Amino acid sequence: MTMAATTIPIHAAKQRSPSFEYLSTKKDELVGWARKFSLFPYPFVTACCAMEFMSVSSSPYDTDRFGAALPRFSPRQSDLLMVVGTLTHKQAPILLKVYEQMCEPKWVMAFGACATSGGFYQNYAAVAGIDKIIPVDIYVPGCPPRPETVIDAIMMLQDRIARSSHLIVNDKF
Amino acid sequence: MSAQVFDVVQQQLAPVTGECSLSHGTLVIAFPPPALLDIVRRLKNEFKFDLLLDVTAVDWPEQAPRFEVVYHFYSTTHRVRVRLKTRVLATDPTVDSLVPLFGSANFMERECHDMYGIDFRGNPDLRPILLYEGFVGHPLRKDYPKQQEQPLVPFRT
Amino acid sequence: MLTTLPNPVRPAFEQTEHDGEVIVNIGPSHPATHGTIQVIAALDGEKINRVDVHCGYLHRGFEKECESHTWHNLIPYVDRLNYCSGLINNFAYCDAVEALMGVEITPRCRYLRTLLSEYSRLADHLTCIAASLMELGAMTAFLYLVMIRDYVYEHLAALTGARVTYTYGRIGGLARDLPDGWLKRLDEILTEYEKFIGRIHGLMDRNRIFIDRTRNIGVISSADAVNWGFTGPILRSTGLPCDLRKDAPYLAYAELDFDVPVGINGDNYDRYYVRMREMDESVYMIRQLIEMLPDGPINVDDRRCTLPEKHLVYTEIESLINHFKLIMEGPAAPAGEVYAAHEAPNGELGFYLVSTSGGTPYKLHVRSPSFVHMGGLHRLLEGYQLADMIPTFGSVNMIGGECDR
Repeated sequence: MTMAATTIPIHAAKQRSPSFEYLSTKKDELVGWARKFSLFPYPFVTACCAMEFMSVSSSPYDTDRFGAALPRFSPRQSDLLMVVGTLTHKQAPILLKVYEQMCEPKWVMAFGACATSGGFYQNYAAVAGIDKIIPVDIYVPGCPPRPETVIDAIMMLQDRIARSSHLIVNDKF
Repeated sequence: MSAQVFDVVQQQLAPVTGECSLSHGTLVIAFPPPALLDIVRRLKNEFKFDLLLDVTAVDWPEQAPRFEVVYHFYSTTHRVRVRLKTRVLATDPTVDSLVPLFGSANFMERECHDMYGIDFRGNPDLRPILLYEGFVGHPLRKDYPKQQEQPLVPFRT
Repeated sequence: MLTTLPNPVRPAFEQTEHDGEVIVNIGPSHPATHGTIQVIAALDGEKINRVDVHCGYLHRGFEKECESHTWHNLIPYVDRLNYCSGLINNFAYCDAVEALMGVEITPRCRYLRTLLSEYSRLADHLTCIAASLMELGAMTAFLYLVMIRDYVYEHLAALTGARVTYTYGRIGGLARDLPDGWLKRLDEILTEYEKFIGRIHGLMDRNRIFIDRTRNIGVISSADAVNWGFTGPILRSTGLPCDLRKDAPYLAYAELDFDVPVGINGDNYDRYYVRMREMDESVYMIRQLIEMLPDGPINVDDRRCTLPEKHLVYTEIESLINHFKLIMEGPAAPAGEVYAAHEAPNGELGFYLVSTSGGTPYKLHVRSPSFVHMGGLHRLLEGYQLADMIPTFGSVNMIGGECDR
């Protein structure tokens, strides 16, 4: 059985020119830089992790240094949904409603062990992790996580935002 | 002081109650369910047990009657507590509601109803409080499996 | 995307009583309701006519969960009730189990638990006042108070290993003794606190805007408060000096010299001021306790509940078996029931334990002050304006973990 000689063309599916690629990379870097340093969190606060959320927003840990200081209490005006604390089955429809009301681009942070995986509540009332309800971008472990862990998570999220492609005009650019 | 008021209470309520005992500084009074409103009214008006602390229940599935409804009262004047216990059957878990006497009874009875299924006759509002609409069953009963979840929102696949 | 999401609650009223009345839904994901309370209000312009309070959005099944853990293993769950003052929950629970088992704690443990209870009360009141002042717009006061609270958290992390949920109490004692230099740092923190609290008093106490927003708002009388089950600072703000630390002293409170601040009107300003004065009393008590703290063992030498020393576990068979049984089966409590209550920062926090002689509880019920306060919240909200809900709710200090368990 012979293998037919094939040539694999570069950008066969996308058919984009190098100058286009250069422009879109630079655009992605610019938009990524802007978006990562102006995160507007929506603190969907339920339980004990709220104490560490308050600590991380104030001195000496301050999220203002990362641009993520101003919480917007309306999902329409925010882009980072921080689910802080345990999600119960009663609260799940509300979480889904808030998530769906947010506009793209949006990111979700599962803050704390309960939001990540249900924590140590394995019973009829608690949802075993918010990723059963909404997609999650970054998981912050800890019960509750130390403020440094949260800052590490915000920085990781910022790296991810910086590296991802931001399609702002249409589905190609 | 505390022992005095306990003796008086025990004496005065003896005709309507079952056995009384002292448990870690709290007077425990057992009584049949129909005597509830009468006893609580007298405790509140005559003996100044003005703060309803707690309404809860205990499930004894092997015993009959199955449920034991437990009330705790505190007196701001005498500074002592009283525990009231009564037994209701699994087939008819009904007691009178204390809402006409204590405003705080409303939420506490709703929680007890949610968790155990105890029916409080006279409570105008027995909606689920800790659980949600559509939850079937009473979780704190011993026959409800701990991990049986009833999700409202379907899980993502 | 779901087209319709199920409504987890059934509102008490859905029809307006007259034209011009509007029904608004506030919560349960809302900054004013501290994240887990839903308030359905019927408004007449800005005035609240009727209110329907829904809690339960943080019901995590604490009581059912605890029935399948040993008496020791469930201490982390107990922590997460009133998470602002985790140590008080620990000690109230351990006190209840010790009463059930008939275990007497050592003097050093007693004084240390009292000191840490007052320290936790300080942290809780700092959090409550910080949050309610921030919601009124006083960002500076929030930042000052949270800074002091952070010192307290780091200090408690040096002792217990955690900042917020400590799991430090043990049945029969505490997890470990104080590290070196802990009391010295405590003194430093109390001095910092006094400096900063003077600034808060200066910013808030005679502030025209603060007084306008909190005086004569959310007023409740003593008789009403007792009828609706209010305890703690809310009851004391109405004028009744009910405090379990004075009325039925537990731990080392009988030996301490402190006052119980009471309010005059029962309004939001009184609740704020009662909490401020209670913090000062707590600091005074902590200073007395630092002097009174005796030496000695932390854990009572009772093999029913205290783990034996590690070197004995590795060398003696009896200690090994004791350790094994305590870990695997839990400390064996006799059959019976007990109700023990401590004065938590929110009010009377009670634990009702029912045991059928084993290592796990048969029933563990928490009498939580926040839950009962939510039952009476409508008395504080009805008749006032919608914007008054913010300071009123903040002054009630509803903690979701405690309210919904």
